[in-house]
Amino acid sequence: MLKKYLVFLTLLSACTLSAQDYFPKNDGVSTKNTNYTAITNAKIFVTPTQIIEKGTLLIKDGKIVASGTTVTIPKNAIIINGDGKSIYPSFIDIYSDFGVEKPKRESSGRSAQYDPSRTGYYWNDHVMPENNAIEKFKYDSKTATDLLKAGFGVVNTHIQDGIVRGTGALVALNNENGNAYRIIDQNSGQYLSFSKSLTSNQSYPGSTMGSIALLKQLYIDADWYAKGQIKTKDLSLEALNKNKNLVQFFEAENRANILRADKIGDAYGIQYVMLGGGDEYERIKEIKETNAKIILPLNFPDAYDVEDAFLASTLSLSDMRAWNQKPSNPKILAENNITFAFTTRDLKSPKEFKENILKAIKAGLSKEKALEALTTNPAQIIGKAAIIGSLKNGSLANFLITSGDIFEEKTTLYENWVQGEKTIIEDFNKKDIRGTYEFNLANETYKMVLKGELSKPKLEITNQDKTLGSKFTYEDDWVNISMTTIDSTKHDFIRIVARVDANNNLNGKSIAPNGQESPFYASTIKKANDDTPEKEKELDEEQGVDAFFPITYPNNSYGFSELPKTETILFKNATVWTNEKEGVLENTDVLIKDGKITKIGKNLSEAKATVVDAKGKHLTSGIIDEHSHIATESVNEAGQNSSAEVSIEDVLDDTDVNIYRNLAGGVTSIQVLHGSANPIGGRSAIIKLKWGQPADQLIYSNTPKFIKFALGENVKQSNWSSYSRFPQSRMGVEQLYIDYFTRAKEYDVLKKSGKPYKKDIELDVLAEIINKERFISCHSYVQSEINMLMKVVEKFNFNINTFTHILEGYKVADKMKQHGAGGSTFSDWWAYKYEVNDAIPYNAAIMHNAGVTVAINSDDAEMSRRLNQEAAKSVKYGGISEEDAWKFVTLNPAKLLHIDNRVGSIKVGKDADVVLWTDHPLSIYAKAEKTIIEGVTYFDLNRDEKMRSQIQKEKSELINLMLKAKNKGLKTQPIKKKEKELLHCDSIDNEF
Amino acid sequence: MKILITYIAALCSLVTIAQQTPAPKQTQAIAIVGAIAHIGNGTIIENSLIILEDGKITSITDATNSSNIAGIKTIDAKGKHVYPGFIIPNSTLGLVEIDAVRASNDQAELGNWNPHIRSLIAYNAESKVVESMRPNGVLLGQIAPRSGRISGTSSIVQFDAWNWEDAAIKVNDGIHLNWPDNFTASRRSFGGSHSLKPNEKYAEQVTEITHYFNNAVAYNNGNKTKTNLPFEALNGIFDSSKKLYIHVDEEKGIIDAVNFSKENNIENLVIVGGRDAYKVTSLLKEHAVSIVLMRVHSLPSSEDEDYDLPYKSAKLLTDAGIVVALEASGSHERMGTRNLPFYAGTTVAHGLTKEQALQLITLNAAKILGIDAMYGTLEAGKSATLFVSEGDALDMRTNKITHAFIDGRLLSLETHQTELWERYSNKYNNQ
Repeated sequence: MLKKYLVFLTLLSACTLSAQDYFPKNDGVSTKNTNYTAITNAKIFVTPTQIIEKGTLLIKDGKIVASGTTVTIPKNAIIINGDGKSIYPSFIDIYSDFGVEKPKRESSGRSAQYDPSRTGYYWNDHVMPENNAIEKFKYDSKTATDLLKAGFGVVNTHIQDGIVRGTGALVALNNENGNAYRIIDQNSGQYLSFSKSLTSNQSYPGSTMGSIALLKQLYIDADWYAKGQIKTKDLSLEALNKNKNLVQFFEAENRANILRADKIGDAYGIQYVMLGGGDEYERIKEIKETNAKIILPLNFPDAYDVEDAFLASTLSLSDMRAWNQKPSNPKILAENNITFAFTTRDLKSPKEFKENILKAIKAGLSKEKALEALTTNPAQIIGKAAIIGSLKNGSLANFLITSGDIFEEKTTLYENWVQGEKTIIEDFNKKDIRGTYEFNLANETYKMVLKGELSKPKLEITNQDKTLGSKFTYEDDWVNISMTTIDSTKHDFIRIVARVDANNNLNGKSIAPNGQESPFYASTIKKANDDTPEKEKELDEEQGVDAFFPITYPNNSYGFSELPKTETILFKNATVWTNEKEGVLENTDVLIKDGKITKIGKNLSEAKATVVDAKGKHLTSGIIDEHSHIATESVNEAGQNSSAEVSIEDVLDDTDVNIYRNLAGGVTSIQVLHGSANPIGGRSAIIKLKWGQPADQLIYSNTPKFIKFALGENVKQSNWSSYSRFPQSRMGVEQLYIDYFTRAKEYDVLKKSGKPYKKDIELDVLAEIINKERFISCHSYVQSEINMLMKVVEKFNFNINTFTHILEGYKVADKMKQHGAGGSTFSDWWAYKYEVNDAIPYNAAIMHNAGVTVAINSDDAEMSRRLNQEAAKSVKYGGISEEDAWKFVTLNPAKLLHIDNRVGSIKVGKDADVVLWTDHPLSIYAKAEKTIIEGVTYFDLNRDEKMRSQIQKEKSELINLMLKAKNKGLKTQPIKKKEKELLHCDSIDNEF
Repeated sequence: MKILITYIAALCSLVTIAQQTPAPKQTQAIAIVGAIAHIGNGTIIENSLIILEDGKITSITDATNSSNIAGIKTIDAKGKHVYPGFIIPNSTLGLVEIDAVRASNDQAELGNWNPHIRSLIAYNAESKVVESMRPNGVLLGQIAPRSGRISGTSSIVQFDAWNWEDAAIKVNDGIHLNWPDNFTASRRSFGGSHSLKPNEKYAEQVTEITHYFNNAVAYNNGNKTKTNLPFEALNGIFDSSKKLYIHVDEEKGIIDAVNFSKENNIENLVIVGGRDAYKVTSLLKEHAVSIVLMRVHSLPSSEDEDYDLPYKSAKLLTDAGIVVALEASGSHERMGTRNLPFYAGTTVAHGLTKEQALQLITLNAAKILGIDAMYGTLEAGKSATLFVSEGDALDMRTNKITHAFIDGRLLSLETHQTELWERYSNKYNNQ
């Protein structure tokens, strides 16, 4: 049906459009049309808040000329009666790839590619600010038509590929006229993301933290280029500088990445507009603080198909909650006065758009805010509020004509006008013939019912309660009917052709099977809208919103609905492992207050303290894991042999349930280390496991600076097929270090000289190491390489702070002691690769006996939650005293991490990071009963029990709601089971 | 490539330095006096007298009542503890020496249906990893292959032997079948989590198993005009000379596996893994199905699960009357197997009594493996496979083994690792 209208429309509009004046014309005479169009008596939404009742909208040359109740209509105006209709500005989608072909994935070679594929551009292929969407743009009228039907008039398109993607194009969905008219702005902003380009296999960056570092360095380089300090040609940097003042869009896609991108922006004076992910509500306070405007895809998850109970049992609470909570995200953003726009991105078809926006409104988003998010907000974000997004004078004549409130299910969208060209979606002059009729043919009375869609009603004809076969079409006020005769033994048909008159009666003729014609008249006995209320009610219930399940922090299982607070707690009669010269104190009281340990002694009392009877229990300082990879989204940036520029602090994941599980094992602080994929790895995050706090709040205040180095099989890529990255042998590893340290030293000298220099993030970090401001934790196994690294760094006058893993540390313990390096080792791991063939469980004991500061670490989310047991193995293997063994997982790692002034022992003045154990803490029979950080109880056995039953209850409720949704006929999606990848040192990053 | 092969060859020659010399046959009677004897069946004798003769326990009594041990070599174990040798089912010890060195890996064979593949002949009795079991009390194990739908046939060995023939205590004891998963992995998504989607081929894969077993039965009933090695091997399941070990974790899979066995008249079913077994205890109880339970030191399988579910699973099953043993498969499984006593210890912190926990790695394991006539408890007439520990052997702090016996042979407790410990301790002591 629509197709026909489009043809019709083309003919019609041929006379309304104004031709490009200066183009030669060879097909006839000049026919410039200077007529006006006036739509009268309509409800006009000039903006979401400026509404004119019974007004006139006057347009000319594709623009709005006037609107209001007192508009003078010029004589050369075509008048359209808009009585009962509403007029809205057409919608705008500012995050689209409309008309831009998706780049194809480059097939990957056999070996990793480290060098760029291009010359004359930036050294990293994934940075392409020189790209312009307009160069690839090909107007796609099919998609345009779908978008027009969904109400959109303008889209903003760009090449959705790469980390820096160049400029986009703002385009009107004008199916009638060419690009000369459609293109509103061919430089509509610059686009960025964390994702690599499909068009290149260059391996860097291989992680989100790598993308972050790359962007930071890029901005520095661009600035340096702008100052004329780079003598060679770099078309990428030139383009980036040229695009600097455009609106900068960032494809973040989730709340965590919004915060990450915003930090980059803050460092370089850029406020990105963020493409969100619909999960912003989970940390709304932090999102608001970014001041970013957000573009929201309207793709709410369908309910899961939970009919198979076995499969359903594997659904995670967080996935189930997302189904329930995500439709409320727009409302929550609006409540927090965050400016946002909607996009059709991620929808299978623009057809889903209305359904989803209604969902958001049902969840509490006001219609006014919804309209803003589709009109004024996107216009304002893209800096084009003067010409799109409203019906103010001078704006493009982009508007929708509807039967009423556009955010009502039953409302019909009749027309979508773009630049004064209309697309008819439903003919609003079409008479609504739905209803019940009666007619007579050859002395028989028939009843006829027309129901269903306005433009395509369905027909049913009955004679004395007997339904007859019938066919029916309706167009241009004419109906054609063919029906079977009453005598069903014959296969004869009666044909009817009739016109709909002003009163909806049908007037025409009937043709009997024998060809005899008679007049036909069917009178309306009941109109359709009489019974709509009932249907509406039914519909409302179907779309009904379920109660919003409360958000927890983090918003998954074991999250807190309210964050626990600092308490004053008095532990009475505990066995206290002080880790100080007092040793283990029996029957001792410990008071914690204001987040600190304030008193240790006998018979203590404190007026307002919560008293914990700790008789028979053990109180220790919290366990510290020197080597962990939990709570992070990236582990390795393996795209280069040095990645000092990346930092785990940039990619912490505050939702990782392993944080909670570690707390249940008595762990309070960890060093989240970069992996061991390269000799110079990335910077660490030293964090406290403050479950529920946002990622940035986990990091130690005044955190010591650490970096991961690595030696051996992983850095020379021995255990997988990779032969193209230097170094491939331990010999090369030495030279690599010497090279980097030499360069860093030269850089540092230049930097301190006051002469101009290009800031280099990687070399800055390495200079910090040389200047003893940053410390190395080095993954290491065999004695030769351990010895080598000590010798190399001694030449540069600094020390290795910690050798981590250090499984042959026992062979060079004397040298380590002399060098001043600590050893952070596994208790008993070995035999998993060739270089750990001589690893022995006595390693910790021998190093300790040689005077090395020894810690026992996990490198593993499972082992980390029972590091007390791992420490206890030193008692078995090597006969370490229990007190010293305990220090291996508390005080000693604190020393190695330079945080022993705050944690690691039970001492007045230190942070109240303590654990109450049910039994001797080194015993296999001990459980952590309470794990406290800075006076806040983050784990409590009793509370854990309650949480378990709460989780079961909530899941059952959500499953019921999903079953209900399915029964109502709503869409469902198959079950998926979330599985967290366990990250180790060797994990190559996951994202790409 | 050539260089690589040479390199690997060189490396293997290093790896296979011989282990400690296996102990000779017991020639004289030994009495262990005064120890707390943990029988392995849930009971203890506080002050025991244990006499070992000709490789067997000839008597175990209360030392206060009987002390006629004149002329017998005695071990004074007053205040110490004696345990039956610990048993690890479903192990790959001796099949892989170094995980990352492919040349040292013999745990998996090509193909899906390999009942005829036998682990025993690849078992490296001289593995340095195997010898490291003994100082922790792990003395016996079931060595099982790992691949395909039917991975092959396991055998049970003791951990102090010259070669696999010496090591074997029960040859071809069982066949191992990997039950299909209800979920299959889909593409990894952003940020370390990847989602699993329902395995659409699950029903088809289950049917395949039934079909395969039906064919094997038909073959074995027929005149076998052409020998079919896999079907021949599978026959042990039908004549009950072999047990069927079905490796399966999911609730639905366990139910299906139990019903499969029932419908195919398979008598000796053991579930290995059994992560969700605690959800179907009544079914398991009804059919007397035992569980070789997945590694206790594991993470919960989903973020919603109780943090201690893997720790307490043994308790939940034991309380329901299921016979449970513990296994160690997974990453780093071979070197980690020496922690078997501590896996058992952890179940005590989460509900079992110490003697119940001990039973998981002694009597229960022996029963499940069908070697309980000779192993698994300290009882007169059984093999003298036991050890003396200075303290509680389920706790790391006190698991300090002074004497260990397999079939009455007094083992060396030295290993590659203790040698290095001594060598380097001396290096520094002498500096």
